[in-house]
Amino acid sequence: MNSKTADRIATGVFIAIAIIIISILVGLFSYILVNGLKHISLDFLTTPSSNVRAGGGIRDQLFNSFYILFITMLIALPLGIGGGIYMAEYAKPGKITDIVRSCIEVLASLPSIVIGMFGLLMFVNLTGWGYTILGGALALTVFNLPVIVRVSEDAIRAVPSDLKEASLALGITKWHTIKTVLLPSAFPTILTGAILAAGRVFGEAAALLFTAGLSTPRLDYANWNPFSSQSPLNIFRPAETLAVHIWSVNTQGLIPDVEDVSNGSAAVLVLSVLVFNLLARWIGSMIHKKVTASK
Amino acid sequence: MHQCIYPIMTYFRGVWCIMEKLVPAKDRLLKSNKNWLDGELRGKILVILCAVIMISATISITIFLGTKGLQSFIKNGVSLIEFITSTQWNPTNQAKPEYGALPFIFGSFAVTFLAAIVAAPLGIGGAIFMTEIAPSWGKKILQPVIELLVGIPSVVYGFIGLTVLVPFIREQVGGLGFSLLSGTIVLSIMILPTVTTIATDAMSSLSKNLREGSYALGATRWQTIRKVLIPAALPTLLTAIVLGMARAFGEALAVQMVIGNVRDIPTSILDASATLTTIITLNMGHTTYGSVENNTLWSMGLILLIMSFAFILLIRYLSSRRKM
Repeated sequence: MNSKTADRIATGVFIAIAIIIISILVGLFSYILVNGLKHISLDFLTTPSSNVRAGGGIRDQLFNSFYILFITMLIALPLGIGGGIYMAEYAKPGKITDIVRSCIEVLASLPSIVIGMFGLLMFVNLTGWGYTILGGALALTVFNLPVIVRVSEDAIRAVPSDLKEASLALGITKWHTIKTVLLPSAFPTILTGAILAAGRVFGEAAALLFTAGLSTPRLDYANWNPFSSQSPLNIFRPAETLAVHIWSVNTQGLIPDVEDVSNGSAAVLVLSVLVFNLLARWIGSMIHKKVTASK
Repeated sequence: MHQCIYPIMTYFRGVWCIMEKLVPAKDRLLKSNKNWLDGELRGKILVILCAVIMISATISITIFLGTKGLQSFIKNGVSLIEFITSTQWNPTNQAKPEYGALPFIFGSFAVTFLAAIVAAPLGIGGAIFMTEIAPSWGKKILQPVIELLVGIPSVVYGFIGLTVLVPFIREQVGGLGFSLLSGTIVLSIMILPTVTTIATDAMSSLSKNLREGSYALGATRWQTIRKVLIPAALPTLLTAIVLGMARAFGEALAVQMVIGNVRDIPTSILDASATLTTIITLNMGHTTYGSVENNTLWSMGLILLIMSFAFILLIRYLSSRRKM
């Protein structure tokens, strides 16, 4: 009898915990969306931000976020997939592989502010570039690389060994097998993982504070010359991203409508990350259906 | 199979075939062996290069931050003992600058442990709910919830902490609102998904025999969970908590926005405080690069680096215990 009561109480406690977790999420999301959606308008998304006056938008920050994400992925994806191929196909069990694995583990567990400090030292001061998009993207690459390596290693290992063995049995060399058999089969999983990683990069701020900076020069969107200092495409200009913008207006901003701007920006940020997640799921399931011809 | 899915790849392969056909058959056959070898070698070198870049990134982070972090002790003559044990932080005092980082070190550890104490029962409880109480529908609801929580960027947590939690604590609990308590709550929500995900893996990878054996002996579900399942999964559950703590220790912006950033050791959880990450975030931008104060910030960065190595070693130790 006694142990049955205890069992019932414990069950109640576990259900309560689940309800707490769910209500935290519901509370957070409804707060962000209810407060943020009313500030999102075409005007908000397309006017530049203001440092002192109310009514500024987030045009440049939004562009910078996507642009830095794009450059980061451009560097991190080839490196990460290459690393994943190495770990899955070339690494022989032994000391060297252990070292590489430890390195990935260390990179993955570094706090993002430490990566930001390394970026400040390496890509801002040592190279003499100052705060640049490229510096920010390289710091984010360091931050993102372990995730992509792990995702691609797992994806390549998950390809059925029959496929690989059949290819090798036909006399095709290892690298050619990797290129034409393993990578195409692992592609959907890598893509899903990469999109999820992109969501993480999109919301990252601490690593960008000291690498991409807290300001954006006046941008001229008609100027497409990547070497001009006013061009949005220039990778050697400072760039404040959306996540950094939320932080900076809240901690050192002077504008009177801090809360409106940050509510709107937070909603845009969360919605973008949500879109990344849904996109990853949708692409994953769609390709899964096509490949396996199942529902 | 792949042709229909990857038209782009097929296109490139087509171009490649045409290019191959431009070379006369005789040359192709005579030289093919060498060409294969070239491609093979090139691929291997490419892939090894990627691995080398990863290793060198890790090593250069350690070396660069190590040398930069030690500069304040070696070049500027700041005493290491003073840095770790003194509570006086007055780097801008011209006559007698003091560099005691203990308040920040204490703040970091306090907020990390408190967040772990809040998040561990919630996370492990959530994991048990998903695996033991309601394995069918519970997982379907809680799993996406956890994944969405991971997706919320840390500045958004900080911003909500600043606009909701801080005024709430100021009015309902007391104090300024900017406090150790606010930092703890924000951090514990942030590390909750980490703890829950790994704890769920740990619980669901337990052998079914354990559960069934315990039920067959007449144990209730709670007795099974408490006496059989949790002890069996304990090393992995501890790993989950340590990983959560590692994340909490290194989190910067969200904590910085709610913790108040004062340079004293807090006497209660309602006092404002500061952590290593928050002081770096705040002061790195407006101290001169190369000055003593700036160098001490790098020393704090070195402490963060050393702690993240320590967390890795702890996790290694725990997983070696799991294998036995």
